[in-house]
Amino acid sequence: MSKYLPVVGMEVHAELLTETKMFCRCSTKFGAPPNTQTCPICLGFPGVLPVTNKKAVEFTIMTALALNCEIASYAHFARKNYFYPDLPKNYQISQYELPLGKNGKLEIEVSGRKKDIRIRRVHLEEDTGRLIHIGDKSYIDFNRSGVPLMEIVTEPDINSPEEAKEFLERLRLLLQYLGVCDGKMEEGSLRCEPNISLYDLETNTWGTKVEIKNLGSIRAVGEALEYEINRQLKILEAGGKIEQETRGWNEEKKETFPMRGKEEAHDYRYFPEPDIPPIVVDERWMAEIRRQIPELPAQKEERFVRGMGLSREEAHILIVSLPLAKLFEEAVSQYTEAKKIANWLISDFQGILNTERKSIEEVPFNAQLLVEMLKLLDEGTISIRIAKEIFPEVVLKGKSPKRIVEERGLLQITDEEAIREIVREVIEEEKDAVEQYLKGKEKAIGFLMGQIMRKTKGKANPSLTSRVLKEELEELKR
Amino acid sequence: MPRLTREEVEHVAYLARLSLTEEEKEMFTEQLNRILEAFAKLQELQTEDVEPLSHVIPLKNVFAEDEGKDWQSLTTEEALANAPEQENNHFVVPRIVED
Ligand SMILES: [Zn+2]
Repeated sequence: MSKYLPVVGMEVHAELLTETKMFCRCSTKFGAPPNTQTCPICLGFPGVLPVTNKKAVEFTIMTALALNCEIASYAHFARKNYFYPDLPKNYQISQYELPLGKNGKLEIEVSGRKKDIRIRRVHLEEDTGRLIHIGDKSYIDFNRSGVPLMEIVTEPDINSPEEAKEFLERLRLLLQYLGVCDGKMEEGSLRCEPNISLYDLETNTWGTKVEIKNLGSIRAVGEALEYEINRQLKILEAGGKIEQETRGWNEEKKETFPMRGKEEAHDYRYFPEPDIPPIVVDERWMAEIRRQIPELPAQKEERFVRGMGLSREEAHILIVSLPLAKLFEEAVSQYTEAKKIANWLISDFQGILNTERKSIEEVPFNAQLLVEMLKLLDEGTISIRIAKEIFPEVVLKGKSPKRIVEERGLLQITDEEAIREIVREVIEEEKDAVEQYLKGKEKAIGFLMGQIMRKTKGKANPSLTSRVLKEELEELKR
Repeated sequence: MPRLTREEVEHVAYLARLSLTEEEKEMFTEQLNRILEAFAKLQELQTEDVEPLSHVIPLKNVFAEDEGKDWQSLTTEEALANAPEQENNHFVVPRIVED
């Protein structure tokens, strides 16, 4: 690999979280029956007048600001002309020479090394319809046609599949924190098309760019780039030439393949969209949008460490999942021991999600349930063992810990006389262990504790039980 | 002023997915060249200190709020009424990608 350096640029498309489409007020709701969210505007009928969705413009400016971009004081839309049935009017309303944002950057960190990935442009356009190809026909659903779509283009600053994945993770998290995109790559609300070439370090020459499409996850982006680097390397080492082309990703075979059929003439004959007046962004409007930028991941991490006493690792695990960070903050607002909450969320809660292969959104769990359980623990109503035992049910069924404990009779035994009775029973039954203890084998006490816990199904208060057991054994020594 | 060639006319027709007869190619090459000549005349004007103009109506920032409750989308039947072919509530066209 030493002779060549992978050079990757990224084109990311993000569907914006608006209620309505870019130029008409049809709904953007995902998953509706085909062709139920269309109108003459998003079906491209002649004579209609598109009107720009203000929120989509503000979301785009907000994202550009968060990516440290220069914001255009004057921008307009452009028609990108091409013939393909996903676009009923044969042009896409997009932006060309005057994007809303340009010259930004996003910092990434791979194995402890920080690096800026420069952002070339951030612009706003409309999404296309969805095509399904079956047999000798292509089927079109125009529900997605006209959904606000933000395009983010990087400079070719990414040099490995790891950097590419890290960049996408960071960008997706940023978009989720800003509340402008849900970042669901499986549903296509976030799409990514990397282009890759190999730079020859000996002769200082650039390679030929290959674009990759159909990537349904961040993991797939990493795998596809890995594959493509090796493919290009083999061709170059055999003295061959890389063809400039668009390749698709086959998720089953884990390989890229040349995409034919969509003959794209890269001659879009762009011209300013005459039906939509230009966008002028003045200082006041920009300041107003800037004020709407919420706390971003890095700031949140800092606050969790400095303000709440979490370790850097704990804070990081919490912030890389926005729903987890929200759950944590909600619990902290009702219960003061942040560290304890973090522990339960990071190890126990996430452990359960991993085993069940569920996401946070898929379980009926909330902060109140966790706080309720922590209070039961503090009051001594349940032991830590019981807490760990009932937690999966709390998480997966959203059931109140108090109710589970009551229904299953798991209340901790804190009545000293009741415990003493059980201790005496066990001493009676386990004569051998008692004998050994009395001969000086201290470890036998652990066995006796275990027997008591088994008898009480873990409900005996541990410190109380330990004290009573020692008292009773001392009694026998005399 | 370089003349538009017949090949360029064929290329533009291809981009617009128009199939032209030989006579039409001839006719459009001639007509498009006359249009270009008219623009060449305009290009004689001194415009060095003039900002490019994209819109002739002095409007800016015409927006709609992101609010759809009063909006009437079409029914699926209405949307598909002009479809050349339809099936299962989809528009249908000949397959446009190869395997
Ligand atoms: Zn519409």
